[in-house]
Amino acid sequence: MSDDAVFRARGLHTELGGRPVLRGVDLEAERGKVLAVVGSSGAGKTTLLRALNYLTPFSAGEVVVAGRRLRPGMCERADAGALREVRKQVGMVFQSFHLFPHLTALANVTEAPRRVLGLAAEAAEERGRALLDRVGLAAYADAMPQTLSGGQQQRVAIARALAMEPVVLLLDEPTSALDPRLTGDVVAVVSDLAAGGQTMVVVTHVVSFARRVADRVAVLADGRIVEVGPPAQVLENPRAPETRAWLGEG
Amino acid sequence: MAALAAAFVLAGVSVRAAEPAPDALARMRARGTLRWGGDMQGGEPYVFQDPGDGRLVGFEVDIADALARRLGARAEFVQNDWSMLVPSLERGDFDVAMNGIEVTDGRRARVAFSRPYYVFTETLVVRRGERGAETLGDLHGRRVGTLEASLAFELLSGVEGLDVVRYEGVEEPYLDLERRRLDAVLLDNIIAARYGLPRPTLQAAGTFGEGTYAIAVRPADTTLVAAVDGALAGMMESGELRTILERWKLWDDRQARLGDAGRPAGTDAPVRALAGFHVGLFLRGAAVTIAISTMAMAIAIVGGLVLSIVRRYGPPAAQAAATLYVEVMRGTPVLLQLYVIYFGLAPILTLDAFTAAVMGLGLNYAAYEAELYRAGLEAVPVGQTEAAAALGMSRGLALRRIILPQALRVSLPGVANDFISLLKDSSLVSVITVVELTKQMTITAVDVRGWLGPGLLCAALYLAMSYPLSRLARRLERHLAPVPA
Repeated sequence: MSDDAVFRARGLHTELGGRPVLRGVDLEAERGKVLAVVGSSGAGKTTLLRALNYLTPFSAGEVVVAGRRLRPGMCERADAGALREVRKQVGMVFQSFHLFPHLTALANVTEAPRRVLGLAAEAAEERGRALLDRVGLAAYADAMPQTLSGGQQQRVAIARALAMEPVVLLLDEPTSALDPRLTGDVVAVVSDLAAGGQTMVVVTHVVSFARRVADRVAVLADGRIVEVGPPAQVLENPRAPETRAWLGEG
Repeated sequence: MAALAAAFVLAGVSVRAAEPAPDALARMRARGTLRWGGDMQGGEPYVFQDPGDGRLVGFEVDIADALARRLGARAEFVQNDWSMLVPSLERGDFDVAMNGIEVTDGRRARVAFSRPYYVFTETLVVRRGERGAETLGDLHGRRVGTLEASLAFELLSGVEGLDVVRYEGVEEPYLDLERRRLDAVLLDNIIAARYGLPRPTLQAAGTFGEGTYAIAVRPADTTLVAAVDGALAGMMESGELRTILERWKLWDDRQARLGDAGRPAGTDAPVRALAGFHVGLFLRGAAVTIAISTMAMAIAIVGGLVLSIVRRYGPPAAQAAATLYVEVMRGTPVLLQLYVIYFGLAPILTLDAFTAAVMGLGLNYAAYEAELYRAGLEAVPVGQTEAAAALGMSRGLALRRIILPQALRVSLPGVANDFISLLKDSSLVSVITVVELTKQMTITAVDVRGWLGPGLLCAALYLAMSYPLSRLARRLERHLAPVPA
């Protein structure tokens, strides 16, 4: 692993219901950079993202992240401690947000810092309010999630993941669940985070989004990475036929 | 308040069963059967099922057969709860009642009695080596068990400073005496001899009073009473009654006086009306109901929570055990569970009646709560668990802070509804001698000889307790509709 890599996945294989989804994925994310994983739906993008913090177990390969090694066959119960250590440092923003509906926006953000990191209530609230301000929702601290728009919920979810100060933030299709006219705020937040040096892995199928935020683009097709490179190269002069086919779809 | 007032008005109205047609004797003969009421639970030697072949036997079965023969009919037994024999007779469920029915002042005012067929005394039973009593007054401050609506109960009720515990069966008081849940038992000598004294840890400690068993007939059936009297007199003259009593080893010197005993006269004891002090008793009963229900519900909520969490997240063996518990508790009557906890477990674990009642109801309702919370847990989307895990939360932390608060929102209206059910089911604990609201109602109903007044008062109190709860349940349902995740 190069010194700049925040995590490295090697030879990842996963199966879902006996059907192979990832078939030997190698991937590295550089510190302070944004890696976009693109590809058509069904290529395994979400599965890859979930394998990186072991929400989806992998059957072969390994992931080294935050100085820890995830192996095949780990178990939520027996390896609870190790998985928790990894997940504390790997932030995850789900496609459909999964905000905690019984907590206010601010409490969604402060819950984990308080209970997992053991921050004092005041410190957690200070951090939470700063993050809500950063994603443009300072006025919505006391709002319940279901009263917020999709784009606002997405940004609360980002603030919630950032509150753990993760070494890497994983975002699963951050714009796909949103009304296309409302994606601008989310794109702006992600761009702002990228500019601030937050390491991110973003799964997306939106070419313009990948072009705008990514430092590197990896193309996933049929469970394998077929091409990796700067957006200008991968998206403008694709070498792999799968990349050209995918760009053709858009 | 209006309901209470109505209860008092109605209590003043004495509700009587429709008077039967004048000649019950003629009707009985035309039918060819003498229908007689009794309770097999009263047990040996009165009326009971032969353990060998299940046939109905007992000295009263023999008397009924002989009586019917002399009346030109066949005896037909009608099973009836013992404490309800007189009301059922009044309703017309059978022609006569005979099952160790003691001639008491209260009953003489209500039914016509034949001449007595047995003379008994009351035997005081205590634990071996403990002091007895010269007079019933010596029992001051002790807990004394007896059968409800018995002569012994009337005797004990006349003594100040006694804690009298009512039972519906003859075995249970002696069991409780052995288990130190009672200090003494006062019951008819026949019962003491068969159920109390055979226990090696118990001993007789004196006899009190004397009474007679007689056959109860509706007062209007004058020809039937006369015919029954005549038949009994014939059985005494011919020695048939003595033969029967000797066969059951019940003949003693006292029975020699049977021939001289005339038919007990009726009395005009004034019918007692529902009075102010009854309301006090009812309120105390309601307080017991509330106390039992709230404590049982607390056990049910905690137990149900543990069961539902173990079933969903526990190791497989624990899951299976929790599932078994839920199925057994939901699949068997709570009445049976109360019997098992109070009487069945007594040799290992002797709980007082109140504790047993709280435990029994609580453990039973825990199974229902477990199902309720399981449904609540299942209603929380899996994404919530994943979101919590992705933030580095442990399973316990995620459960406590994220999953349970959402699951309980779903379950809360059901909990309020279950509490209402529990409030009403708590009436079952009277079988283990706890006097709560419903038991107080039946006691008062016997006392004032009317069910409507006490029944309405009892219903009003239950409603006063459950209505606020059902309002709460409805509000919770409205306000805690599951939040879309």
